[in-house]
Amino acid sequence: MAFDQLIAAGTVAKVIAAWVGNVAGGSGYGFRRAYEQGQPRRIVMEDHSNFTVGLGLKAAAMGLPYLPTFTGLGGDIVRGHHRIRPIEDPFGGPSLLAVGAIKPDVAIVHVQRADASGNAHLWGNLGLTVEAAYAARRTIVVCEEIVPDEVIRSDPNRTMIPGFLVTAVVEEPGGALPSSVQGYWRRDFETFLAYHGLSKTAEGYQSWLKQWVLDLPDRPAYLRHMGDAAVERLRVIDRRLAAAANFAP
Amino acid sequence: MIATYTRRELMVVAAAREIRDGEVVFVGMRLPLLGFGLAKATHAPTAVGLFENGVIRDRPAEAFIYTMGDPPNIVGAIACLGLNDVMSLLQQGRVDVGFIGGAEIDPHGNLNTTRTSGSGSLVRLPGSGGGGDIASLAGRTVLIMEHEPRRFRERVDYITSPGHFPGRRRGGPATLITTLGVFDLSRGQVRAVSLHPGVTAAQVRQATGFAITVDDSVPPTTPPSMDELAYIRRADPEGFWTGERRKSE
Repeated sequence: MAFDQLIAAGTVAKVIAAWVGNVAGGSGYGFRRAYEQGQPRRIVMEDHSNFTVGLGLKAAAMGLPYLPTFTGLGGDIVRGHHRIRPIEDPFGGPSLLAVGAIKPDVAIVHVQRADASGNAHLWGNLGLTVEAAYAARRTIVVCEEIVPDEVIRSDPNRTMIPGFLVTAVVEEPGGALPSSVQGYWRRDFETFLAYHGLSKTAEGYQSWLKQWVLDLPDRPAYLRHMGDAAVERLRVIDRRLAAAANFAP
Repeated sequence: MIATYTRRELMVVAAAREIRDGEVVFVGMRLPLLGFGLAKATHAPTAVGLFENGVIRDRPAEAFIYTMGDPPNIVGAIACLGLNDVMSLLQQGRVDVGFIGGAEIDPHGNLNTTRTSGSGSLVRLPGSGGGGDIASLAGRTVLIMEHEPRRFRERVDYITSPGHFPGRRRGGPATLITTLGVFDLSRGQVRAVSLHPGVTAAQVRQATGFAITVDDSVPPTTPPSMDELAYIRRADPEGFWTGERRKSE
């Protein structure tokens, strides 16, 4: 949905993705208007599968020009793809595909907690968060809480992103909404559905943009516009703590 | 006693029956989310499920989930890895069966979820997601489709998820579950295994835009048992996935 919102605003020239839509309903209507009709502007689409995006980011994270894979053989995604090319196995095995590195200028990742240096603890749904943070030239960590560095040091295996990779750390509770954050926020499914409905037409999208972006000067205004009741309904208050791990030397 | 059930509940049951006990399953979105849980609760208690966001579960989520990233799908998981980790297991050959949905299919089991001009004008679809990877790398795949003539085409405009093709390393489509019946694809052609109660061979032929092996001697799909229905209605209490209402695309 975030892809769709940016594309429909006319702020996107090129999309590199495996899937652009709305988890609630399928189609991303803003993406469709841009791709099918060039409205509000034409976009260049670089299609991938999930694994080729993952391998491209991983290659960049590893400092490599590409990583080899068997995924995609026999399909059209890899046919004539400028970033995915056939290669021979130097050890004599079957042919494979090389997925070129994907190196973002900036990665913005949302985590549960970080210290002031950006050392970040995250848990739950990881997807490609860690690869993105490693691959990007600059990484911005947005967190639910900035914690004392002793909290991070108490459980170093949970530090997925070391602070020296991080350009900036931002404390912004609920910054990932309407997506969920394990232990902090539920998925705001109604917002996904409502956006899906509104964005069916360009006019509907414009009304969403005005209401939720252009008319709101800052983040507190956004939360006020959501309303306390809606925010509290999404906030996780239950505790389901992991067993402590003993790090005694 | 004959229970009343929806077409989608029957499809969930058919999906669950494709999972054998002890198998490693790459679980897709929508109906397979329920099918995996149902198989675990009935005939396949030791099956293990991989989700492309990195989650590995050996028991179904305790609460309703819209997507694999929702917090209840994390709680009680046996591992939360990253996307590349579970995709690597898939590439290694550790996954017995994977589920994929498609917008269009051809007689070789090639699926299109990228773009189509089948109805005259260009329509952009969301893209591969993990579908292309599961199609390429799983031990076998089960495809789930709406059975309509515009979706069952002699040739698809774009092969997002490759079906059977010469030189395939492993796997390929084994079973196709549609709104009309269950079909075998393992021999590179589409042959009816069972038709959902009330569906005729003529109806299937009419809804399929290519040659298909079906006649009136094909048995009916075994309806859901009371236990199976009870599970589905606990897991999807509002009928979000399995109710009669059609999701808008």
